[in-house]
Amino acid sequence: MTTTGSPVSAPPTEQGGAAPRHRTSPPSREEKRRERRSRWYQRDVKWSPYAFVAPFFLFFGAFSLFPLLYTGWASLHKVSLTAPTDMEWAGLHNFSRLFEDEFFWNALRNTFSIGIISTVPQLLMALGLAHLLNYKLRGATFYRVAMLAPYATSVAAATLVFVMLFGYDYGMINWALGAAGIDPIDWHNDTLNSHLAISAIVIWRWTGYNTLIYLAAMQAVPKDLYESASLDGASRWQQFVHVTIPSLRPTILFTVVVSTIGATQLFGEPLLFNPGGGANGGPDHQYQTLGLYLYEQGWTNLHLGRASAIAWMMFLLLVLIGLLNWLVTRWMQKSELGRKTARRRS
Amino acid sequence: MSALKTDHAPSPRTVPDRARPGHRGDRRPGRGRASSAGGQLHAGRITYAVLIVVTVIALFPLFWTAVAASRNNTRLSENPPPFWFGGNLFKNLEIAWTDANMGLALFNTAIVAGSIAIGTVLFGTIAGFAFAKLRFRFRNLLLLLTIGTMMVPPQLSVVPLFMAIAELEWTNQLQAVILPTFVSAFGVFFMRQYLLEALPTELIEAARVDGASSLRILWHVVFPAARPAMAVLGMLTFVMAWNDFFWPIIALTQQNPTVQVALTGLGRGYIPDQSVIMAGALLGTLPLLLILTLFGKQIVGGIMQGAVKG
Repeated sequence: MTTTGSPVSAPPTEQGGAAPRHRTSPPSREEKRRERRSRWYQRDVKWSPYAFVAPFFLFFGAFSLFPLLYTGWASLHKVSLTAPTDMEWAGLHNFSRLFEDEFFWNALRNTFSIGIISTVPQLLMALGLAHLLNYKLRGATFYRVAMLAPYATSVAAATLVFVMLFGYDYGMINWALGAAGIDPIDWHNDTLNSHLAISAIVIWRWTGYNTLIYLAAMQAVPKDLYESASLDGASRWQQFVHVTIPSLRPTILFTVVVSTIGATQLFGEPLLFNPGGGANGGPDHQYQTLGLYLYEQGWTNLHLGRASAIAWMMFLLLVLIGLLNWLVTRWMQKSELGRKTARRRS
Repeated sequence: MSALKTDHAPSPRTVPDRARPGHRGDRRPGRGRASSAGGQLHAGRITYAVLIVVTVIALFPLFWTAVAASRNNTRLSENPPPFWFGGNLFKNLEIAWTDANMGLALFNTAIVAGSIAIGTVLFGTIAGFAFAKLRFRFRNLLLLLTIGTMMVPPQLSVVPLFMAIAELEWTNQLQAVILPTFVSAFGVFFMRQYLLEALPTELIEAARVDGASSLRILWHVVFPAARPAMAVLGMLTFVMAWNDFFWPIIALTQQNPTVQVALTGLGRGYIPDQSVIMAGALLGTLPLLLILTLFGKQIVGGIMQGAVKG
């Protein structure tokens, strides 16, 4: 075996390329055939990687990269849904208008609020559940599959059920609260309560998925870390905090990033949480998210240019959050390093 | 790759060998019995209790979808809400089937999700193989580009995509939903990660020495080695495409809907019949639940596999 890092093409070219350098006699037919094959071979080795990635990049370029850039271009124009090819240059007007728009800030606030209420408890619960699933269990597969069932349920189906469960007069949740002696809660018209209800749908759908990701990472934690921790007298909880969580840090970061992206794009849940239809996110826009606002501007109010500007604001927001994430990780690594050196010194 | 692998993986051993309430303070470092117990810790009663509660919460909305679908609108606006099945299930299913065009919607969704799964798996495997095992100029740059765009919100491309399909007069046609997600950066990345480890480079070299062309290697070496990961990626993609909502609702209408689009149509009448809506939701969810019960173990294993490597 050659080293794994060596070019794959090296052995065959030497093997197939048999033509001697200083020829004394004209090449025989056999030699010619070999030479032809070897040339073909080299070409195959050189060009087939491009052929293999080409179909992907063809679709990818047409339907992901190009639209990405075009949206930026469209955000600088006045474009209507009724005549999408009629673009009128508007400079940064769409953006400046957005900043003056109270509904934009409202949508931004709602996105943040729902994002935090749905992401933080979800990931904490997933972490705890993964810890439980990591025990030796009878019927382990059953629990795992059952927890994944919400993930296989569509946004539409899930939200429609939850709208009923969260109904004011006849919803099961208010009924259960009533049985416990608590007054019914208005899950739809009140801002905070509607955010809680929408977050509940998100949490329900995604906790199981994140649990499995954490579980996989937990099973990869080396056993002796726990052994030495227990020898040091660490309780089970201390082991969870000081061994499990630090070992899971990259995975936790991964889920935080993925959930943040998901939360920024939240769309289906708030759209369908409004049984009357429409993308306003409730009569007072109380749960209109950025995704919903984009849809309303583009497909209800027909302003595609403004919708593009919202899309780019969402993108910038994600980049900002990504940057923040990166800084926090670096800071965490640094402080960890600092702690370790401090411990070594003492 | 084996989905089973994770089930019995040796896992951290901790001091007490059973989660027993009331014995919290009774823990001393390195007690002989506990540290020689070995293997994975058995779950205690509390663990089971918590897991059962969580399972019930996870499954209850699905169960209740079926309950609500088997009642009628009047019964659903009464207190207390129904907890068990009534006799209207088939009537409601029938109404949902005809009103929301559910037959066509299911057929469309199967085609859309199936095509997207095939495209993602096929082109993901081929490109993933090139990224994992072949050398070419700009390889790292292209890979970085692929991974980078995984972060870009789909909303960002909706406007130009909509303009493009309007221009091509594809509105309300299935290819408008299939082609934009026909390949996925995630698919390429997933297959690359898998093939990096699962496909020995010597195997490819040996095939080359034997004079196999790249296409032959792809067919006889790469595809067989990638099969388990292809199956997992295919199932994950199918689930995602089946449930996709944002783009289909923009590109399609109620005349030629996918299941998700049809469902939103059901919920938007003037006096919506909740039991019929629930029947529609049930129809749209059942196929996936069926897949989950049949391939649950593999899907779970696949998600966990992807997590460790990704």
